[in-house]
Amino acid sequence: MDKKMQTVLPKKKKNTLKLKFETTRSYAPALESTSAANIKPQYDLFINGKFEAPLSKKYFPTINPSNEEKLSEVAEANAADVDKAVKAATNAYEKVWKKMAAKERGKYIFRIARIIQEKARELAIIETLDGGKPIRESRDFDIPAAANHFFYYAGWADKLDYAFPNKRTESIGVAGQIIPWNFPLLMAAWKIAPALATGNTVVLKPAETTPLTALKLAEIIQEADLPPGVVNIITGGGATGVALVNHPEIKKIAFTGSTEVGKIILQTTAGTNKKLTLELGGKAANIIFEDAPLDEAVEGVINGIFFNQGQVCCAGSRLYVQESVAHTVIQKLKDRLESLIVGNPLDKNTDIGAINSRQQLQTIQKYLKIGKQEGAELYESPCALPKKGFWCRPTLFTNVAQSNRIAQEEIFGPVLAILTFRTDDEVIEKANNSPYGLSAGVWTDKGSKIFNMSKRLKAGVIWANTFNKFDPTSPFGGFKESGFGREGGLHGLLPYVNLINS
Amino acid sequence: MFFMNDKDKFFGFLKSPSVDQVGLEERASRFTKRSIKKETKLNGLFLTLNMIDLTTLEGKDSEGKVKQLCYKAQHLHDTYPGLPTVAAICVYPAMIRIAKKALAGSGIKIASVATGFPSGQVPQKVKIKETRFAVAEGADEVDMVISRGKFLAGEYNYVFDEIATIKDACGAARLKVILETGELGTMDKIRRASDIAMHAGADFIKTSTGKIQPAATMPVTLVMLEAIRDFYYQTGKMIGMKPAGGISKSKLALHYLVMVKETLGDAWMNNEWFRFGASSLANDVLMQIEKERTGNYQSGNYFSID
Amino acid sequence: MNNSTISKKTISKRIEVLKTYKIYIGGQFPRSESGRFYDLIDEGGKKIANICLSSRKDFRDAVIAARNACSGWGNRAAFNRSQILYRMAEMLEGRKQQFIDELVQQGNSKSQGAKEVDLSIDRLIYYAGWCDKYQQLFSSVNPVASAHYNFSVPEPTGVVSIIAPQSSSLLGLVSVIAPVIAGGNTCVVLASEKNPLCAVTFAEVLNSSDLPAGVVNILTGKISELSSWFVQHMDVNATIYCETNHAIQKMIQEKSAGNVKRIQLYDKIDWNKSEGQSPYFIQNMQEIKTTWHPIEPIGSGSGGY
Repeated sequence: MDKKMQTVLPKKKKNTLKLKFETTRSYAPALESTSAANIKPQYDLFINGKFEAPLSKKYFPTINPSNEEKLSEVAEANAADVDKAVKAATNAYEKVWKKMAAKERGKYIFRIARIIQEKARELAIIETLDGGKPIRESRDFDIPAAANHFFYYAGWADKLDYAFPNKRTESIGVAGQIIPWNFPLLMAAWKIAPALATGNTVVLKPAETTPLTALKLAEIIQEADLPPGVVNIITGGGATGVALVNHPEIKKIAFTGSTEVGKIILQTTAGTNKKLTLELGGKAANIIFEDAPLDEAVEGVINGIFFNQGQVCCAGSRLYVQESVAHTVIQKLKDRLESLIVGNPLDKNTDIGAINSRQQLQTIQKYLKIGKQEGAELYESPCALPKKGFWCRPTLFTNVAQSNRIAQEEIFGPVLAILTFRTDDEVIEKANNSPYGLSAGVWTDKGSKIFNMSKRLKAGVIWANTFNKFDPTSPFGGFKESGFGREGGLHGLLPYVNLINS
Repeated sequence: MFFMNDKDKFFGFLKSPSVDQVGLEERASRFTKRSIKKETKLNGLFLTLNMIDLTTLEGKDSEGKVKQLCYKAQHLHDTYPGLPTVAAICVYPAMIRIAKKALAGSGIKIASVATGFPSGQVPQKVKIKETRFAVAEGADEVDMVISRGKFLAGEYNYVFDEIATIKDACGAARLKVILETGELGTMDKIRRASDIAMHAGADFIKTSTGKIQPAATMPVTLVMLEAIRDFYYQTGKMIGMKPAGGISKSKLALHYLVMVKETLGDAWMNNEWFRFGASSLANDVLMQIEKERTGNYQSGNYFSID
Repeated sequence: MNNSTISKKTISKRIEVLKTYKIYIGGQFPRSESGRFYDLIDEGGKKIANICLSSRKDFRDAVIAARNACSGWGNRAAFNRSQILYRMAEMLEGRKQQFIDELVQQGNSKSQGAKEVDLSIDRLIYYAGWCDKYQQLFSSVNPVASAHYNFSVPEPTGVVSIIAPQSSSLLGLVSVIAPVIAGGNTCVVLASEKNPLCAVTFAEVLNSSDLPAGVVNILTGKISELSSWFVQHMDVNATIYCETNHAIQKMIQEKSAGNVKRIQLYDKIDWNKSEGQSPYFIQNMQEIKTTWHPIEPIGSGSGGY
């Protein structure tokens, strides 16, 4: 028998065998119908419970990034509009929301959750149209997660006395909330739900390129009969955000976006006593040890970097793989990369949709160029890309050095930098060698190692033998330059309350 | 590695990667999210028919039943022109001769279970004899069962040697190795058994006898497909896969095909490398094909049961 | 020299050994690298001592010491940290009189001084007790809707720079340091400019309390010179400022943008009262870390794998 066993021993020479996926990427189209999506040609600002024409008299278009067609146009709020919205929120805070019984407040939030569930299909389609993400993701993740978030925090409204031992909570006032374009409705939920549950009122500004689901949420809020002014949703660009941040009646600012803008907010709010929550950038290390469940790890890496086209602040954009399994892992990753279906975000089979904007695509392309210049080896799926719209092939870089910019800077796209390591200490040092600290992944079969790694990795979320998992009960937020404050769970209440001695 | 005892000989040099069941199940469920429509669906249904090992493995199997099965294998639905045939029929050794005669000239293969199917609780020499008998009777393929008792006792080397011995006894016939995954308990064990079987000479690895629950599931099949993929990466040798038991609906069969396609790629998408062990799947596929053709949902009453 | 001019009394008098007030960095008592000092004058205008006028380079050295001590201290068993804080209290108790004397020198009455030292000792005991408890208070196991075990725990923020309360020279100092180190952080502290004596003597307490070198580093000097360095340093994770100077508060918040430093302004707290101690002071210098892991569903259903 031994002789026979010898014949099937793995060959010493590293092979480059590849699987073939040509036909895999060509399932017959399975397009989600857009008939369920009701998008108006023009949207005004949602202030004091009504849609109101902007004082600026200006509107700007929002387009479908997968074909560059205009979907609608939305109002551009100027400083006067912001002022109007904040005043409405202050008024609602002082006259209604602050005084309302907590359990009634909670019931309004429950209502919002329910209506989101009822309108899930429409919201999913609009999210995909406006943002370019695959319908599978908006349908299976974004929208249900948004509803769940409202549902979770609704229940907290009348239980705040139990949240912080020996302390009572007090609401803060008007929260100015600025959210990014990668998870438009979900981020709105992450911001609005805890703010309302804790008794604050809100002025929310969705991202310039993805305002539509937030405006649909405004309609839902109307339908839920929330008292006017408790939630105000104003659209606009950077200038609108600046006006919101600087408004003197804003008592609390919650921002999710780039570290660059986060730092500007820190500077401009200095000396104002505004409470801050910042959810900023990341460059997550995803670490695979040789004893890991490799196929699940590969899947986790794929999900970690290609979920939402890699436009995720906690994306696992740095892969550290132990040298002894690096060849195998890279071989598997390359094959898996090729089986990903890139194309029309409305197709239910699409894995990778469109990049959110031309600007973001240019940023990604800049980094692809930098990566090549730095001497890293680029590997991309041979898939065809649509002619119109903003597209990027799923890409990985091998031969990456720790010092390379593609391993240091946040790309915010479907681009993975692969590095290798030999020892635990080495990988910890490399993983923590970053100004960011939002999330990290560890893959190993050894329980004791997981706890050790989890403790030593400087990041707010550690995914062990999994990646990119989210839940309303689970606090999310970063260490270091990834920001501060937590969203989700019990810990997500703290940024929206003042603690009072009881 | 250099001081391995006999038991550990095999795994002294071959270590199976661990499997995380939650991640595995997540991945398996992703395949079910694929929306298979229009021509892709029809192609998939045709392919499914062509991959079926039409099976009867009952104590009460009779000559008549087997003949009928063989007829069905060749004439799935005569009113629908251009349908493929099934890949093989799968019977007990005693029925091979009857099937052989009934299927003469059809191109449909004959698979026979052997080695004390389904429990495998017979002496090894009986297993060898039974295998030789099946091949002599005309079986093109032999579906053996592994010794689960030995496997669970950690006697991996015994299991390895037994498979290799049966492979020898098969001669030119292709060997399918049934792991009986429902008795192995964990995904890690299933992965290990897959590795042992392939390294010992299996041409196919197969989930189940159909006599034990749970039989084939998508996660279990995925573990085995991943083992096949790794074996291919390591050796360049393709191994076939056969989930058996529990796949009776065409929708589920299409999910399996998506899984094979996206795990192993186009090369495995034929009955040389993938089979369904099933008895009632064929009719459901036929009903679906009819539905695609006529636009109407179908009734089982219009499709003969065997 | 005429020996008769010196009285007998003078000759027989024992000459008091005066204390040199130095700074505390990495478990050592150096003088300021700058060689500078300032005069500490008591209420009557009498000079008490030369106090080191620490420079930004002293601060830099202290941050290096604090960073080096960081992972060791943060990874100590909580129980061990607790024992060390308790030991600090023991050491302070043993040197009570010295602190009272210094407080009196700095203008307190004897009874005020005694009360402040007592409160400081009790505060250390208070936080010694918290070392292995706040985690349970601020942790959670989160019931996520998927097959994962998910828990959140507080972890030390890292290196904290502290500008200590000016008026409460011992109690204020102890009240800001204790929760920071109880939570596993290390720190660099700028002592009260006007009342620095206890800070230096407290460093001697720390040095004899099994507290690892570098966990607490104490500088003396001027807020006006050092405060911007305290918040500008890119290897400092958080800054605590305990005074009400609005310009400095604003400056600190502005400069925190450099590395997204965590800022705490303890400007309204009366350290003499019960509001001066709370586990929430510990939590303020913690980061919440959430870990996910799959739960293998073996045996969770009938006939499952």
